[in-house]
Amino acid sequence: MISEKDILVLIPAYNEEGRVGDVIRGVRQYLPGTKILVVNDGSGDGTARASKEAGACVVSHPFNLGVGTALQTGYKYAVQHGYQYVIQLDGDGQHPPNFLPVFVTKLKESSADLIIGSRFLLGRNSDVTFGRSAGNALFGKLVSLLIHEKLTDPTSGYRALKSTALQFCVQDIYAFDYPDADFLLTLHRSGYRIVEIPIEVLPRTGGNSQHGGLKPIYYTIKMFLSIFIILLRKKSVKTTS
Amino acid sequence: MSPRLKIFVVLIGLAIFLGIIELVRRRKLREEYSFIWLVIGFVFVLIAIETDILPFLSELVGITLPANTLFFLTLIFVMLLCLYFSLRISALTTQVKNLAQRLALLQTKDEDSK
Repeated sequence: MISEKDILVLIPAYNEEGRVGDVIRGVRQYLPGTKILVVNDGSGDGTARASKEAGACVVSHPFNLGVGTALQTGYKYAVQHGYQYVIQLDGDGQHPPNFLPVFVTKLKESSADLIIGSRFLLGRNSDVTFGRSAGNALFGKLVSLLIHEKLTDPTSGYRALKSTALQFCVQDIYAFDYPDADFLLTLHRSGYRIVEIPIEVLPRTGGNSQHGGLKPIYYTIKMFLSIFIILLRKKSVKTTS
Repeated sequence: MSPRLKIFVVLIGLAIFLGIIELVRRRKLREEYSFIWLVIGFVFVLIAIETDILPFLSELVGITLPANTLFFLTLIFVMLLCLYFSLRISALTTQVKNLAQRLALLQTKDEDSK
């Protein structure tokens, strides 16, 4: 049995003043008893104020550190405060909160340490651009091949982690700009189990995507390099909590 | 090496040496980083004074012109220096990240306790 008090809902946010409040209210609607933590990643707008007004607890980075580090700050908060589970979703409103109870059910039923919401399992992925879709397919297939399990959406930010995975993520081994395919591969090679559940993703209603400009080129090269290096490393051992 | 070039190289070596000492004295450069630059200055002076070193090294690695050996060694040295600084930056990046996270978490704890 999972109590809502054991769950921390984690929302990394960077310049999401106009959207993060609705995300928090959406979470409240579906998981009223959970604590909501917004990690404000050095936003230049009123993200922190909007989050507090909507009733969330806010941790503010003194400057922008990237989404991977913002998530790790949230994991550190969860471990320090004794939370057993973290469910994370983006602060831009693309992840519908009605899937939160599905994550809770899966956390209860599954032995997996990490649950990923995949937008490709439902077959409705209208918001995904060609580049992003191609990247997902490429890295999804590559990771699936390497871990011998099917993963369709390695870039999804809608995830749930158990305390076992949290213990892993608070260490310095977790040094991912974008905790995507390379993170999943590292986690799997350390003995953690990963499963996917189908989710829907809504179109962006504003703000700037972290994958704009020349970033996709950097992302692709870096991800290939990162996966190659991970394969050269010795496997680490799973931490038990 | 011509006498004019020898004087020029010795002067460059001495300038690096004295410049680094002055930067450390003014606390603009930490001692730990000054060491590597002092070695560079010393090597410059040594190569200029001890004229057999460059031809010997050229013979050793199979380079015809000693001047090319100097360029080659300088390039290798600069690349190693860049690698050393990249290592230091990587370590500092992790330290800054951990500090920023700790600061953010402590600030939140402090606000919660008020």
